[in-house]
Amino acid sequence: MNLLWLQSAGCGGCTMSLLCAEDPNVFDLLKDAGINVLWHPSVSIETGAEVRRLLERIESGEIPLDLLCIEGSIVTGPKGTGRYHMLAGTGRPMLDWVRKLAPLARDVLAVGTCAAYGGVTSAGGNPAGAVGLAYDGKLAGGALDSGFRAKSGRPVINIAGCPTHPDWVTETLLLLADDRLETADLDPLGRPRFYADHLVHHACPKNEYYEYKASARELSELGCMMEHLGCVGTQAHGDCNIRPWNGSGSCTRGGYPCINCTAPEFEEPRHPFTETPTIAGIPVGLPSDMPKAWFMALASLSKAATPKRIEANAHSDRIEVPPGAGKGQK
Amino acid sequence: MTERQLLVGPFNRVEGDLEIKLDIRDGQVAAAHVNSPLFRGFEMMLQGKDPRDALTLTPRICGICSVSQSAAAALALADAAGTQMPEQGALAAAILHGVENLADHVTHFNLFFMPDFARPAYAGRAWHDQAVARFTALDGSAARQTAEARSQLFHIAGLLGGKWPHTLAIQPGGVTRTPDARMRIRIRATLRGFRRYLEETLFGTELESFLPLATPDALEAWDTGDAALFLRIARDLGLHQSGIGPRRYLSYGAYPVAGTRAMAAGVWEGGSVTPFNPADIVEDLSHAWMLGEDAHPQSGQTVPDEDMRDPGYSWCKAPRLGGRIAEVGALARQIVDGHPLARALADEGSVRARIVGRLLEIARTQVLLEQWADALDPSARFMTPSETIKTGTGVGLVEAARGSLGHWLRVEGGRIAGYQIIAPTTWNFSPRDRDGNPGPLEAALVGAVAGPEEDTPLSVQHIVRSFDPCMVCTVH
Repeated sequence: MNLLWLQSAGCGGCTMSLLCAEDPNVFDLLKDAGINVLWHPSVSIETGAEVRRLLERIESGEIPLDLLCIEGSIVTGPKGTGRYHMLAGTGRPMLDWVRKLAPLARDVLAVGTCAAYGGVTSAGGNPAGAVGLAYDGKLAGGALDSGFRAKSGRPVINIAGCPTHPDWVTETLLLLADDRLETADLDPLGRPRFYADHLVHHACPKNEYYEYKASARELSELGCMMEHLGCVGTQAHGDCNIRPWNGSGSCTRGGYPCINCTAPEFEEPRHPFTETPTIAGIPVGLPSDMPKAWFMALASLSKAATPKRIEANAHSDRIEVPPGAGKGQK
Repeated sequence: MTERQLLVGPFNRVEGDLEIKLDIRDGQVAAAHVNSPLFRGFEMMLQGKDPRDALTLTPRICGICSVSQSAAAALALADAAGTQMPEQGALAAAILHGVENLADHVTHFNLFFMPDFARPAYAGRAWHDQAVARFTALDGSAARQTAEARSQLFHIAGLLGGKWPHTLAIQPGGVTRTPDARMRIRIRATLRGFRRYLEETLFGTELESFLPLATPDALEAWDTGDAALFLRIARDLGLHQSGIGPRRYLSYGAYPVAGTRAMAAGVWEGGSVTPFNPADIVEDLSHAWMLGEDAHPQSGQTVPDEDMRDPGYSWCKAPRLGGRIAEVGALARQIVDGHPLARALADEGSVRARIVGRLLEIARTQVLLEQWADALDPSARFMTPSETIKTGTGVGLVEAARGSLGHWLRVEGGRIAGYQIIAPTTWNFSPRDRDGNPGPLEAALVGAVAGPEEDTPLSVQHIVRSFDPCMVCTVH
């Protein structure tokens, strides 16, 4: 199964993250699954003219293309030309390459939120006119038409994340190689459900603080970061706390908020990333599938019931009061 | 006399996209024009945002130097607020940064640079079989070992920084996760594992015996590990005579810990080091597709020329120090800091010198990380809450794996009014300036051999990759 990987307008971080794949390493993972890397810009040998010849043979159909992975957003500027990113040596904008190659591929994978929806490259007024492959932010239709389907009949598979977890990418590829990923296995935004059906909140180590709304006011405090520090882990799709990052990490385990990086338009939250916008002291963004009044009632009840231990630890950078100390006290 | 032009690209095993135009005369590069063909516009995106948002957005300039960007942004914000990280917070930040730099260096050697020597074009060379076994792209034993060792090293980033890349753990006031005693011991254990990897593969013996090498002769006598394989190849191919840089080296000084920098700042030229003065930097726009005036980054702007007019040929601005080019990177850092072997290779300024500079720094960074991890004090404060900045200016100067990285910030009315970034490869891969002087890579490529059959000359590839360019940082 032939894989071609191209880096468009992004940071390359999804590749760097992919190289962190473990058990086994990324090279063995792909090889063992029968995936033949035609070319990858970070690790393949071919450079320059060798790559141009390879791309020509793929474009002409001489070499079948099974998996087209695009990392980074597609820039359409300036003035709709795409010339803010010319694929080096080819004299053609990446926008053009993507439009030519995508219909030839059995499946097209947008690796990372930039390739999926535009992502960080489209932040702050979007100076380069960045879009995703099949989405422009939340709107269907990006570098490719909203009706685009790869040869398999599947839409673009959006492995969103900033960066992507290495397993999200490798497991998607392995499922495709095993012919076990159908359109029904993607969520409404095109993300593989095996990770997107979870919330970052699930297994977050701050869950006990969340239960009592014992909130951190400053970064480095142990409390829940939803009320003051911009955390949207209760709404963000991802298994980040179920399947840790780089051994044992996640954003909330690292002590900073989830910024919903698997979602379209996360790059423009319309408030500082590490500050929760509130109306009359009530956070604006609440769990989306719970009636607001219920949430508020439960929150004020649980706040009132907060054990001393949790209240003290929430405002500390380390556990001050261990469980079991002062049993039964309020 | 034979003349031809070559357009080299896509140029891979560099971070990001790169295109080089070569004028070839009589089998040698007569002139090179380096183009950074991607523009995203981070400096424009940041305008009008809350200054703290730079901590989330600027790491995403680059997936390989993400922590460097984060550290520079945190320092710029702290500078603007007039605050400092507590000592232990700075130490934890240095560990996160050192881990990234160390990982980047071994990634460069094993995955980006060495695979070229496994090419069939070198078949028949005495070292070729060994290079093929170790460094064949995607498949050599070194690729696997490095991927695994690197992944494990980044467990430190997972533990201390939540994830890599794109951590938000480094803040102007310190770090967001306070390490406890078991985290400290776990970090030390991971570092011991990485030391084992380095000593079993790259150095072939304990790295303390590589560190004291002081002369090119002593270096030449080194006979263990992949380092020895590289030196053998370098001898055979004359890599000590190719890709000669400007021999003017710049370092902002690496790792602000304990009130100083673990590696010194300065400018080396002609055998002596002079202090680095940030006021001497000007970004020249004459050959960039950028509008506006040449400026110091504190007052600079980023306005792309949508018509991409001549004589522009790159999105990269051309930073100059006192009007002249300077090379940045591991070699520059080790020269400025005074490592005897690096100093001895300063005048050589070659492909070999750059790789050896990196090998030295791999060994030194491993040792520094071990010392820093040992010095972590779980009872200390790692964060002091920092003020929200309403108005002011700040500068964050750090050393990324690839060299000097600076963020220049201006805040007005609580919003970012100016944000300029000069990345390492902006220095090294800059285009020509107003006086027509080429950038460091452009100059280093002149004289490179381009055989009549070659459409992507190997010597050019070695020279380009010896700088370990990061193109996504370059233009940002």
